[in-house]
Amino acid sequence: MDTILFIIFAIVSLICGFNVVLQKHPISSALSLVGVMGSLAVLYLLLGAEFLAMTQVIVYGGAVMVLFVFTIMLLNAGAEKSSTKSWFAQIAGLPLLLAFIVLMGFLIKGVMPALPGVRFGSFVGGTAHEIGRLLFTEYLLPFEVISILILIAILGAVVLARKEID
Amino acid sequence: MDFYLVSIIKLLIVFAIFMQTLAYLQWIERKVLAHIQTRTGPLRVGPHGLLQPLADVIKLLTKEDLLPPYVNRFFYLLAPFLAVCLSLISIAVIPFGPEVDIFGVKTYLQITDLHVGILFILAISAIGVYGVALAGWSSNNKYSLLGGLRSSAQIISYELPLTLAIVAPLLLLNQLSLRAISDGQAGYYLGFIPRWAIFQMPFPQIFGFLIFLIAAFAETNRVPFDLPEAENELVAGFHTEYSSMKFAGFFMAEYANMVTITCVGTLLFLGGWHPLFPAPYSNWVPTAVFVFAAAIAFFHGSQPARKIDRYSFPLVGIISLIIAGIFAIPVVQPVLVPIFWFVAKVGVLLFVFIWIRGTLPRFRYDQLMKFAWTFLFPCALVNLLITALLVAIF
Repeated sequence: MDTILFIIFAIVSLICGFNVVLQKHPISSALSLVGVMGSLAVLYLLLGAEFLAMTQVIVYGGAVMVLFVFTIMLLNAGAEKSSTKSWFAQIAGLPLLLAFIVLMGFLIKGVMPALPGVRFGSFVGGTAHEIGRLLFTEYLLPFEVISILILIAILGAVVLARKEID
Repeated sequence: MDFYLVSIIKLLIVFAIFMQTLAYLQWIERKVLAHIQTRTGPLRVGPHGLLQPLADVIKLLTKEDLLPPYVNRFFYLLAPFLAVCLSLISIAVIPFGPEVDIFGVKTYLQITDLHVGILFILAISAIGVYGVALAGWSSNNKYSLLGGLRSSAQIISYELPLTLAIVAPLLLLNQLSLRAISDGQAGYYLGFIPRWAIFQMPFPQIFGFLIFLIAAFAETNRVPFDLPEAENELVAGFHTEYSSMKFAGFFMAEYANMVTITCVGTLLFLGGWHPLFPAPYSNWVPTAVFVFAAAIAFFHGSQPARKIDRYSFPLVGIISLIIAGIFAIPVVQPVLVPIFWFVAKVGVLLFVFIWIRGTLPRFRYDQLMKFAWTFLFPCALVNLLITALLVAIF
Protein backbone atom coordinates (compact mmCIF):
# COMPACT_ATOMS: atom_id res chain seq x y z
CA MET A 1 0.00 0.00 0.00
CA ASP A 2 2.77 2.42 0.99
CA THR A 3 4.78 1.55 -2.10
CA ILE A 4 1.80 2.00 -4.40
CA LEU A 5 1.02 5.39 -2.88
CA PHE A 6 4.69 6.37 -3.11
CA ILE A 7 4.85 5.47 -6.80
CA ILE A 8 1.62 7.33 -7.58
CA PHE A 9 2.60 10.52 -5.80
CA ALA A 10 6.23 10.42 -6.93
CA ILE A 11 4.97 10.26 -10.53
CA VAL A 12 2.47 13.06 -9.85
CA SER A 13 5.14 15.28 -8.35
CA LEU A 14 7.50 14.61 -11.27
CA ILE A 15 4.82 15.38 -13.84
CA CYS A 16 3.85 18.56 -12.00
CA GLY A 17 7.50 19.53 -11.71
CA PHE A 18 8.01 19.21 -15.47
CA ASN A 19 4.75 21.02 -16.01
CA VAL A 20 6.02 24.04 -14.04
CA VAL A 21 8.74 24.51 -16.66
CA LEU A 22 6.83 23.43 -19.75
CA GLN A 23 3.60 25.40 -19.30
CA LYS A 24 3.45 28.70 -21.18
CA HIS A 25 0.97 30.41 -18.91
CA PRO A 26 2.19 31.64 -15.50
CA ILE A 27 -1.03 30.53 -13.74
CA SER A 28 -0.63 26.99 -15.07
CA SER A 29 2.98 26.95 -13.88
CA ALA A 30 2.03 28.25 -10.44
CA LEU A 31 -0.72 25.64 -10.06
CA SER A 32 1.62 22.87 -11.16
CA LEU A 33 3.93 24.05 -8.39
CA VAL A 34 1.00 23.68 -5.97
CA GLY A 35 0.66 20.12 -7.26
CA VAL A 36 4.35 19.50 -6.51
CA MET A 37 3.95 20.86 -2.98
CA GLY A 38 0.86 18.74 -2.39
CA SER A 39 2.40 15.49 -3.58
CA LEU A 40 5.57 16.21 -1.59
CA ALA A 41 3.34 16.63 1.47
CA VAL A 42 1.88 13.17 0.80
CA LEU A 43 5.41 11.75 0.55
CA TYR A 44 6.30 13.31 3.92
CA LEU A 45 3.14 11.79 5.34
CA LEU A 46 4.14 8.35 4.03
CA LEU A 47 7.46 8.68 5.82
CA GLY A 48 5.70 9.48 9.09
CA ALA A 49 6.41 13.22 9.26
CA GLU A 50 2.78 14.26 9.70
CA PHE A 51 3.44 17.68 11.18
CA LEU A 52 5.83 18.57 8.37
CA ALA A 53 3.31 17.38 5.78
CA MET A 54 0.54 19.59 7.12
CA THR A 55 2.86 22.57 7.50
CA GLN A 56 4.00 22.08 3.92
CA VAL A 57 0.43 22.32 2.69
CA ILE A 58 -0.49 25.26 4.95
CA VAL A 59 2.62 27.36 4.32
CA TYR A 60 3.57 26.54 0.73
CA GLY A 61 0.29 25.39 -0.75
CA GLY A 62 -1.95 27.74 1.18
CA ALA A 63 0.03 30.92 1.81
CA VAL A 64 3.01 31.27 -0.53
CA MET A 65 1.39 29.91 -3.68
CA VAL A 66 -1.87 31.77 -3.08
CA LEU A 67 0.17 34.97 -3.02
CA PHE A 68 1.91 33.91 -6.26
CA VAL A 69 -1.42 33.25 -7.96
CA PHE A 70 -2.83 36.47 -6.52
CA THR A 71 0.05 38.51 -7.95
CA ILE A 72 -0.19 36.86 -11.36
CA MET A 73 -3.93 37.54 -11.43
CA LEU A 74 -3.44 41.13 -10.29
CA LEU A 75 -0.83 41.86 -12.96
CA ASN A 76 -2.99 39.98 -15.46
CA ALA A 77 0.07 38.30 -16.96
CA GLY A 78 -0.67 36.62 -20.27
CA ALA A 79 0.82 33.52 -21.85
CA GLU A 80 4.52 33.74 -22.57
CA LYS A 81 5.66 33.67 -26.16
CA SER A 82 8.40 31.16 -26.81
CA SER A 83 11.47 33.13 -27.83
CA THR A 84 13.62 32.02 -30.74
CA LYS A 85 16.16 29.75 -29.19
CA SER A 86 19.79 30.82 -29.17
CA TRP A 87 22.14 28.78 -31.36
CA PHE A 88 24.02 27.65 -28.27
CA ALA A 89 20.92 26.16 -26.66
CA GLN A 90 19.90 24.52 -29.92
CA ILE A 91 23.24 22.82 -30.43
CA ALA A 92 24.50 22.11 -26.95
CA GLY A 93 21.22 21.84 -24.98
CA LEU A 94 20.54 18.14 -25.27
CA PRO A 95 24.14 16.93 -24.84
CA LEU A 96 24.62 19.17 -21.80
CA LEU A 97 21.37 17.89 -20.24
CA LEU A 98 22.48 14.29 -20.78
CA ALA A 99 25.88 15.06 -19.32
CA PHE A 100 24.24 16.66 -16.27
CA ILE A 101 21.96 13.67 -15.70
CA VAL A 102 24.90 11.24 -16.00
CA LEU A 103 26.98 13.34 -13.63
CA MET A 104 24.17 13.51 -11.07
CA GLY A 105 23.60 9.78 -11.37
CA PHE A 106 27.29 9.14 -10.83
CA LEU A 107 27.39 11.42 -7.78
CA ILE A 108 24.28 9.91 -6.22
CA LYS A 109 25.60 6.42 -6.84
CA GLY A 110 28.83 7.41 -5.13
CA VAL A 111 26.99 8.69 -2.04
CA MET A 112 24.20 6.11 -1.89
CA PRO A 113 25.99 3.08 -0.40
CA ALA A 114 26.70 5.14 2.72
CA LEU A 115 22.97 5.87 3.22
CA PRO A 116 20.62 3.27 4.65
CA GLY A 117 17.44 2.58 2.67
CA VAL A 118 14.31 4.50 3.57
CA ARG A 119 11.44 2.55 5.11
CA PHE A 120 7.92 3.89 5.18
CA GLY A 121 6.73 4.88 8.62
CA SER A 122 10.03 3.99 10.29
CA PHE A 123 10.73 7.63 11.12
CA VAL A 124 9.54 8.50 14.62
CA GLY A 125 9.65 12.02 15.95
CA GLY A 126 7.45 13.57 13.30
CA THR A 127 4.69 14.46 15.73
CA ALA A 128 4.01 18.05 16.71
CA HIS A 129 4.99 17.38 20.34
CA GLU A 130 8.46 16.17 19.51
CA ILE A 131 9.16 18.83 16.91
CA GLY A 132 8.04 21.48 19.38
CA ARG A 133 10.29 20.10 22.10
CA LEU A 134 13.28 20.02 19.75
CA LEU A 135 12.59 23.55 18.51
CA PHE A 136 12.59 24.94 22.03
CA THR A 137 15.55 22.98 23.38
CA GLU A 138 18.15 21.81 20.90
CA TYR A 139 17.41 24.20 18.04
CA LEU A 140 16.37 27.24 20.07
CA LEU A 141 19.11 29.53 18.76
CA PRO A 142 18.56 28.81 15.02
CA PHE A 143 14.81 29.10 15.60
CA GLU A 144 15.15 32.55 17.19
CA VAL A 145 17.65 33.69 14.55
CA ILE A 146 15.23 32.72 11.80
CA SER A 147 12.38 34.58 13.49
CA ILE A 148 14.54 37.74 13.69
CA LEU A 149 15.50 37.26 10.04
CA ILE A 150 11.82 37.08 9.06
CA LEU A 151 11.08 40.15 11.17
CA ILE A 152 13.81 42.06 9.31
CA ALA A 153 12.33 40.94 5.99
CA ILE A 154 8.88 42.18 7.07
CA LEU A 155 10.33 45.54 8.16
CA GLY A 156 12.18 45.81 4.84
CA ALA A 157 8.97 45.13 2.91
CA VAL A 158 7.12 47.77 4.94
CA VAL A 159 9.88 50.34 4.33
CA LEU A 160 9.91 49.64 0.59
CA ALA A 161 6.11 49.86 0.32
CA ARG A 162 6.09 53.09 2.33
CA LYS A 163 8.61 54.76 0.04
CA GLU A 164 6.35 54.14 -2.93
CA ILE A 165 3.32 55.70 -1.21
CA ASP A 166 5.27 58.82 -0.20
CA MET B 1 -11.71 -6.51 6.94
CA ASP B 2 -13.90 -5.44 9.80
CA PHE B 3 -12.13 -2.09 9.94
CA TYR B 4 -12.77 -1.44 6.24
CA LEU B 5 -16.42 -2.47 6.48
CA VAL B 6 -17.03 -0.22 9.49
CA SER B 7 -15.19 2.64 7.79
CA ILE B 8 -17.26 2.31 4.62
CA ILE B 9 -20.50 2.23 6.59
CA LYS B 10 -19.45 5.31 8.56
CA LEU B 11 -18.42 7.09 5.36
CA LEU B 12 -21.79 6.40 3.74
CA ILE B 13 -23.75 7.54 6.79
CA VAL B 14 -21.72 10.72 7.25
CA PHE B 15 -21.87 11.54 3.54
CA ALA B 16 -25.63 10.99 3.32
CA ILE B 17 -26.34 13.08 6.42
CA PHE B 18 -23.90 15.80 5.35
CA MET B 19 -25.58 16.12 1.95
CA GLN B 20 -29.03 16.26 3.55
CA THR B 21 -27.77 18.92 5.96
CA LEU B 22 -26.42 21.02 3.09
CA ALA B 23 -29.71 20.80 1.23
CA TYR B 24 -31.86 21.63 4.23
CA LEU B 25 -29.49 24.25 5.64
CA GLN B 26 -30.35 26.33 2.62
CA TRP B 27 -34.07 25.81 3.28
CA ILE B 28 -33.57 26.77 6.94
CA GLU B 29 -31.58 29.84 5.93
CA ARG B 30 -34.34 31.02 3.57
CA LYS B 31 -37.00 30.37 6.20
CA VAL B 32 -35.13 32.15 9.01
CA LEU B 33 -34.23 35.11 6.80
CA ALA B 34 -37.83 35.34 5.66
CA HIS B 35 -39.15 35.35 9.20
CA ILE B 36 -36.57 37.97 10.25
CA GLN B 37 -37.95 40.15 7.45
CA THR B 38 -41.59 39.21 8.25
CA ARG B 39 -42.07 37.18 5.10
CA THR B 40 -43.01 33.50 4.92
CA GLY B 41 -40.19 32.11 2.76
CA PRO B 42 -40.59 28.99 0.60
CA LEU B 43 -44.13 27.70 1.06
CA ARG B 44 -45.38 26.15 -2.19
CA VAL B 45 -43.42 22.92 -2.68
CA GLY B 46 -44.47 20.47 0.01
CA PRO B 47 -45.70 21.41 3.48
CA HIS B 48 -44.01 24.69 4.50
CA GLY B 49 -41.77 24.39 1.45
CA LEU B 50 -40.04 21.31 2.83
CA LEU B 51 -39.49 19.87 -0.63
CA GLN B 52 -37.98 23.13 -1.90
CA PRO B 53 -34.35 21.80 -1.81
CA LEU B 54 -35.40 18.90 -4.04
CA ALA B 55 -37.12 21.27 -6.45
CA ASP B 56 -34.00 23.46 -6.48
CA VAL B 57 -31.80 20.50 -7.32
CA ILE B 58 -34.08 19.52 -10.22
CA LYS B 59 -34.09 23.12 -11.41
CA LEU B 60 -30.31 23.40 -11.31
CA LEU B 61 -29.82 20.01 -13.01
CA THR B 62 -32.13 20.82 -15.90
CA LYS B 63 -30.86 24.35 -16.53
CA GLU B 64 -28.76 24.98 -19.59
CA ASP B 65 -25.09 24.43 -18.83
CA LEU B 66 -23.39 27.37 -20.51
CA LEU B 67 -19.72 27.33 -21.40
CA PRO B 68 -18.81 30.88 -22.46
CA PRO B 69 -16.40 30.93 -25.43
CA TYR B 70 -13.93 33.39 -23.87
CA VAL B 71 -13.09 31.42 -20.70
CA ASN B 72 -9.96 29.46 -19.96
CA ARG B 73 -11.71 26.13 -20.35
CA PHE B 74 -9.52 23.87 -18.20
CA PHE B 75 -9.42 26.13 -15.14
CA TYR B 76 -13.03 27.21 -15.63
CA LEU B 77 -14.13 23.59 -15.26
CA LEU B 78 -11.57 22.77 -12.58
CA ALA B 79 -12.59 25.59 -10.22
CA PRO B 80 -16.05 24.38 -9.09
CA PHE B 81 -14.73 20.83 -8.87
CA LEU B 82 -11.92 22.00 -6.57
CA ALA B 83 -14.30 24.09 -4.47
CA VAL B 84 -16.70 21.18 -3.89
CA CYS B 85 -14.07 18.52 -3.24
CA LEU B 86 -12.05 20.61 -0.80
CA SER B 87 -15.12 21.73 1.10
CA LEU B 88 -16.37 18.15 1.54
CA ILE B 89 -13.05 16.62 2.66
CA SER B 90 -12.72 18.31 6.05
CA ILE B 91 -15.75 16.53 7.55
CA ALA B 92 -13.68 13.32 7.54
CA VAL B 93 -11.68 14.28 10.63
CA ILE B 94 -14.54 15.78 12.65
CA PRO B 95 -15.67 13.66 15.61
CA PHE B 96 -19.39 13.71 16.39
CA GLY B 97 -19.27 11.74 19.61
CA PRO B 98 -17.23 9.45 21.87
CA GLU B 99 -16.44 5.77 21.42
CA VAL B 100 -19.70 3.83 21.22
CA ASP B 101 -20.75 0.21 21.22
CA ILE B 102 -23.27 -0.56 18.44
CA PHE B 103 -24.34 -4.23 18.30
CA GLY B 104 -21.05 -5.28 19.86
CA VAL B 105 -18.91 -3.25 17.42
CA LYS B 106 -16.84 -0.67 19.27
CA THR B 107 -16.20 2.35 17.11
CA TYR B 108 -15.66 6.09 17.31
CA LEU B 109 -18.32 8.42 15.92
CA GLN B 110 -15.79 9.84 13.50
CA ILE B 111 -14.53 8.73 10.10
CA THR B 112 -10.86 8.98 11.01
CA ASP B 113 -8.77 10.61 13.70
CA LEU B 114 -5.51 12.30 12.71
CA HIS B 115 -2.88 13.30 15.25
CA VAL B 116 -2.79 16.62 13.44
CA GLY B 117 -6.53 16.88 12.77
CA ILE B 118 -6.82 20.61 13.35
CA LEU B 119 -3.80 21.29 11.12
CA PHE B 120 -5.44 19.15 8.43
CA ILE B 121 -8.55 21.31 8.56
CA LEU B 122 -6.45 24.50 8.39
CA ALA B 123 -4.52 23.07 5.43
CA ILE B 124 -7.68 22.18 3.54
CA SER B 125 -9.23 25.57 4.18
CA ALA B 126 -5.99 27.23 3.04
CA ILE B 127 -6.09 25.30 -0.23
CA GLY B 128 -9.81 26.03 -0.61
CA VAL B 129 -9.15 29.58 -1.77
CA TYR B 130 -7.91 28.26 -5.14
CA GLY B 131 -11.43 27.28 -6.13
CA VAL B 132 -12.70 30.84 -5.79
CA ALA B 133 -9.55 32.53 -7.12
CA LEU B 134 -9.39 30.32 -10.20
CA ALA B 135 -13.10 30.71 -10.89
CA GLY B 136 -12.66 34.47 -10.85
CA TRP B 137 -9.60 34.46 -13.07
CA SER B 138 -10.59 31.83 -15.62
CA SER B 139 -13.99 33.41 -16.28
CA ASN B 140 -12.19 36.20 -18.13
CA ASN B 141 -14.65 38.75 -16.82
CA LYS B 142 -13.62 41.82 -14.85
CA TYR B 143 -16.30 41.43 -12.19
CA SER B 144 -15.37 37.79 -11.67
CA LEU B 145 -11.68 38.67 -11.50
CA LEU B 146 -12.32 41.37 -8.92
CA GLY B 147 -14.42 38.94 -6.90
CA GLY B 148 -11.68 36.32 -7.03
CA LEU B 149 -9.00 38.82 -6.05
CA ARG B 150 -11.07 40.17 -3.18
CA SER B 151 -11.75 36.68 -1.96
CA SER B 152 -8.08 35.63 -1.99
CA ALA B 153 -7.00 38.81 -0.21
CA GLN B 154 -9.79 38.47 2.34
CA ILE B 155 -9.16 34.82 3.08
CA ILE B 156 -5.41 35.34 3.47
CA SER B 157 -5.98 38.30 5.79
CA TYR B 158 -8.58 36.64 7.98
CA GLU B 159 -6.71 33.36 8.16
CA LEU B 160 -4.23 35.05 10.51
CA PRO B 161 -6.68 36.00 13.29
CA LEU B 162 -8.53 32.72 12.74
CA THR B 163 -5.40 30.65 13.22
CA LEU B 164 -4.23 32.73 16.19
CA ALA B 165 -7.65 32.35 17.80
CA ILE B 166 -7.47 28.59 17.26
CA VAL B 167 -3.97 28.35 18.77
CA ALA B 168 -5.11 29.73 22.15
CA PRO B 169 -7.43 26.80 23.09
CA LEU B 170 -4.81 24.42 21.69
CA LEU B 171 -2.41 25.84 24.30
CA LEU B 172 -4.97 25.15 27.03
CA LEU B 173 -5.75 21.63 25.85
CA ASN B 174 -2.26 20.65 24.69
CA GLN B 175 -3.46 18.47 21.79
CA LEU B 176 -3.85 18.65 18.00
CA SER B 177 -6.15 15.68 17.45
CA LEU B 178 -9.76 16.82 17.37
CA ARG B 179 -10.95 13.88 19.44
CA ALA B 180 -8.35 14.55 22.13
CA ILE B 181 -9.21 18.27 22.05
CA SER B 182 -12.84 17.47 22.72
CA ASP B 183 -11.99 14.98 25.46
CA GLY B 184 -9.83 17.61 27.13
CA GLN B 185 -12.99 19.63 27.73
CA ALA B 186 -14.91 16.94 29.64
CA GLY B 187 -15.83 17.41 33.27
CA TYR B 188 -17.13 20.28 35.38
CA TYR B 189 -15.81 22.89 37.79
CA LEU B 190 -17.66 22.83 41.14
CA GLY B 191 -19.90 20.19 39.65
CA PHE B 192 -21.84 22.49 37.33
CA ILE B 193 -19.57 24.80 35.25
CA PRO B 194 -18.51 22.83 32.16
CA ARG B 195 -14.80 22.75 31.37
CA TRP B 196 -15.35 23.92 27.79
CA ALA B 197 -12.53 26.03 26.39
CA ILE B 198 -14.65 29.18 26.68
CA PHE B 199 -14.93 28.54 30.44
CA GLN B 200 -11.70 26.68 31.05
CA MET B 201 -9.16 27.99 33.56
CA PRO B 202 -6.61 29.60 33.67
CA PHE B 203 -7.86 31.83 30.86
CA PRO B 204 -11.39 31.34 29.53
CA GLN B 205 -11.36 31.70 25.76
CA ILE B 206 -14.40 33.95 25.40
CA PHE B 207 -12.50 36.61 23.45
CA GLY B 208 -10.80 33.90 21.43
CA PHE B 209 -14.19 32.48 20.55
CA LEU B 210 -15.52 35.88 19.42
CA ILE B 211 -12.42 36.47 17.26
CA PHE B 212 -12.79 32.98 15.82
CA LEU B 213 -16.46 33.59 15.02
CA ILE B 214 -15.79 36.92 13.27
CA ALA B 215 -12.90 35.46 11.27
CA ALA B 216 -15.06 32.44 10.42
CA PHE B 217 -17.67 34.73 8.86
CA ALA B 218 -14.95 36.20 6.66
CA GLU B 219 -13.42 32.84 5.80
CA THR B 220 -16.74 31.49 4.58
CA ASN B 221 -17.55 34.69 2.64
CA ARG B 222 -20.69 35.32 4.65
CA VAL B 223 -22.42 38.61 5.39
CA PRO B 224 -21.08 41.06 6.61
CA PHE B 225 -17.90 39.97 4.81
CA ASP B 226 -19.40 38.72 1.53
CA LEU B 227 -17.40 41.22 -0.54
CA PRO B 228 -16.33 38.57 -3.11
CA GLU B 229 -19.94 38.31 -4.28
CA ALA B 230 -21.27 41.79 -3.53
CA GLU B 231 -24.21 41.98 -5.95
CA ASN B 232 -24.44 45.74 -6.19
CA GLU B 233 -20.76 46.09 -7.08
CA LEU B 234 -19.73 42.88 -8.83
CA VAL B 235 -22.95 41.33 -10.27
CA ALA B 236 -22.27 38.02 -8.51
CA GLY B 237 -18.50 38.10 -8.08
CA PHE B 238 -16.48 35.03 -8.86
CA HIS B 239 -19.39 32.87 -9.97
CA THR B 240 -20.96 35.37 -12.40
CA GLU B 241 -20.15 33.22 -15.44
CA TYR B 242 -21.22 29.91 -13.93
CA SER B 243 -24.57 28.27 -14.51
CA SER B 244 -26.43 25.06 -13.74
CA MET B 245 -24.54 22.44 -11.72
CA LYS B 246 -21.28 24.39 -11.75
CA PHE B 247 -23.03 27.22 -9.93
CA ALA B 248 -24.63 24.65 -7.62
CA GLY B 249 -21.13 23.41 -6.83
CA PHE B 250 -20.05 26.81 -5.49
CA PHE B 251 -23.32 27.13 -3.63
CA MET B 252 -22.81 23.74 -2.00
CA ALA B 253 -19.18 24.52 -1.17
CA GLU B 254 -20.22 27.68 0.67
CA TYR B 255 -22.65 25.79 2.90
CA ALA B 256 -20.23 22.89 3.41
CA ASN B 257 -17.55 25.33 4.56
CA MET B 258 -20.05 26.89 6.92
CA VAL B 259 -20.89 23.51 8.48
CA THR B 260 -17.23 22.56 8.78
CA ILE B 261 -16.18 25.78 10.44
CA THR B 262 -19.07 25.66 12.93
CA CYS B 263 -18.08 22.06 13.75
CA VAL B 264 -14.51 23.23 14.37
CA GLY B 265 -15.75 26.07 16.57
CA THR B 266 -17.89 23.63 18.53
CA LEU B 267 -15.03 21.20 19.02
CA LEU B 268 -12.43 23.79 19.96
CA PHE B 269 -14.41 26.22 22.08
CA LEU B 270 -17.76 24.69 23.04
CA GLY B 271 -16.60 21.32 24.26
CA GLY B 272 -17.66 19.15 21.31
CA TRP B 273 -20.26 16.63 22.41
CA HIS B 274 -19.81 17.27 26.15
CA PRO B 275 -23.11 18.53 27.56
CA LEU B 276 -23.79 21.74 29.42
CA PHE B 277 -25.01 19.89 32.53
CA PRO B 278 -23.47 16.94 34.40
CA ALA B 279 -24.43 13.48 33.21
CA PRO B 280 -27.66 12.31 34.87
CA TYR B 281 -29.50 15.56 34.02
CA SER B 282 -28.00 16.13 30.58
CA ASN B 283 -29.25 12.74 29.34
CA TRP B 284 -32.84 13.92 29.75
CA VAL B 285 -32.42 17.29 28.04
CA PRO B 286 -33.18 15.97 24.50
CA THR B 287 -36.28 14.20 25.78
CA ALA B 288 -37.42 17.35 27.58
CA VAL B 289 -36.82 19.49 24.48
CA PHE B 290 -38.86 17.23 22.23
CA VAL B 291 -41.67 16.83 24.79
CA PHE B 292 -41.80 20.63 25.04
CA ALA B 293 -41.98 20.88 21.24
CA ALA B 294 -44.79 18.30 21.23
CA ALA B 295 -46.68 20.27 23.91
CA ILE B 296 -46.45 23.47 21.83
CA ALA B 297 -47.62 21.61 18.72
CA PHE B 298 -50.59 20.09 20.56
CA PHE B 299 -51.51 23.49 22.02
CA HIS B 300 -51.57 25.13 18.61
CA GLY B 301 -53.38 22.13 17.17
CA SER B 302 -56.15 22.65 19.68
CA GLN B 303 -56.63 26.26 18.54
CA PRO B 304 -56.26 25.95 14.76
CA ALA B 305 -55.91 29.16 12.74
CA ARG B 306 -56.49 27.28 9.50
CA LYS B 307 -58.49 24.13 8.91
CA ILE B 308 -55.46 21.97 8.10
CA ASP B 309 -53.73 22.95 11.35
CA ARG B 310 -56.12 20.68 13.27
CA TYR B 311 -54.35 17.68 11.69
CA SER B 312 -50.85 18.92 10.86
CA PHE B 313 -49.92 20.24 14.31
CA PRO B 314 -50.91 17.08 16.23
CA LEU B 315 -48.96 15.06 13.63
CA VAL B 316 -45.84 17.12 14.35
CA GLY B 317 -46.53 16.69 18.07
CA ILE B 318 -46.78 12.89 17.75
CA ILE B 319 -43.53 12.76 15.77
CA SER B 320 -41.82 14.87 18.45
CA LEU B 321 -43.13 12.55 21.17
CA ILE B 322 -41.77 9.52 19.29
CA ILE B 323 -38.33 11.18 19.02
CA ALA B 324 -38.51 12.07 22.72
CA GLY B 325 -39.31 8.42 23.46
CA ILE B 326 -36.31 7.24 21.42
CA PHE B 327 -34.02 9.58 23.35
CA ALA B 328 -35.42 8.20 26.62
CA ILE B 329 -34.46 4.56 25.88
CA PRO B 330 -31.42 3.84 28.11
CA VAL B 331 -29.74 1.56 25.53
CA VAL B 332 -29.48 4.21 22.80
CA GLN B 333 -28.68 7.11 25.12
CA PRO B 334 -24.87 6.66 25.06
CA VAL B 335 -24.98 6.96 21.24
CA LEU B 336 -27.66 9.56 20.65
CA VAL B 337 -27.19 12.00 23.53
CA PRO B 338 -23.60 13.06 22.58
CA ILE B 339 -24.72 13.45 18.97
CA PHE B 340 -27.68 15.53 20.16
CA TRP B 341 -25.41 17.90 22.10
CA PHE B 342 -22.95 18.19 19.22
CA VAL B 343 -25.69 18.88 16.69
CA ALA B 344 -27.37 21.33 19.04
CA LYS B 345 -24.20 23.40 19.42
CA VAL B 346 -23.45 23.34 15.70
CA GLY B 347 -27.07 24.26 15.04
CA VAL B 348 -26.90 27.26 17.36
CA LEU B 349 -23.74 28.51 15.65
CA LEU B 350 -25.31 28.02 12.20
CA PHE B 351 -28.35 29.94 13.38
CA VAL B 352 -26.04 32.78 14.45
CA PHE B 353 -24.54 32.77 10.94
CA ILE B 354 -28.00 33.12 9.41
CA TRP B 355 -29.15 35.61 12.02
CA ILE B 356 -26.15 37.88 11.30
CA ARG B 357 -26.93 37.65 7.59
CA GLY B 358 -30.44 38.84 8.25
CA THR B 359 -29.27 41.69 10.47
CA LEU B 360 -26.03 43.33 9.37
CA PRO B 361 -25.16 45.30 6.22
CA ARG B 362 -22.00 44.63 4.24
CA PHE B 363 -18.60 46.16 5.02
CA ARG B 364 -16.84 48.42 2.55
CA TYR B 365 -13.68 46.85 1.19
CA ASP B 366 -11.16 49.15 2.90
CA GLN B 367 -13.09 48.80 6.18
CA LEU B 368 -12.85 45.04 5.83
CA MET B 369 -9.07 45.08 5.47
CA LYS B 370 -8.57 47.73 8.14
CA PHE B 371 -10.71 45.77 10.56
CA ALA B 372 -8.70 42.60 9.99
CA TRP B 373 -5.23 44.08 10.27
CA THR B 374 -5.61 46.88 12.80
CA PHE B 375 -8.21 45.41 15.14
CA LEU B 376 -8.78 41.67 14.85
CA PHE B 377 -5.16 40.63 14.34
CA PRO B 378 -3.76 42.56 17.36
CA CYS B 379 -6.67 41.34 19.50
CA ALA B 380 -5.96 37.72 18.57
CA LEU B 381 -2.28 38.26 19.27
CA VAL B 382 -2.93 39.76 22.72
CA ASN B 383 -5.37 36.95 23.51
CA LEU B 384 -2.75 34.38 22.53
CA LEU B 385 -0.02 36.09 24.58
CA ILE B 386 -2.17 36.28 27.72
CA THR B 387 -3.20 32.64 27.32
CA ALA B 388 0.39 31.53 26.85
CA LEU B 389 1.53 33.52 29.88
CA LEU B 390 -1.20 32.15 32.15
CA VAL B 391 -0.72 28.58 30.90
CA ALA B 392 3.01 28.91 31.56
CA ILE B 393 2.46 30.29 35.08
CA PHE B 394 -0.22 27.84 36.27
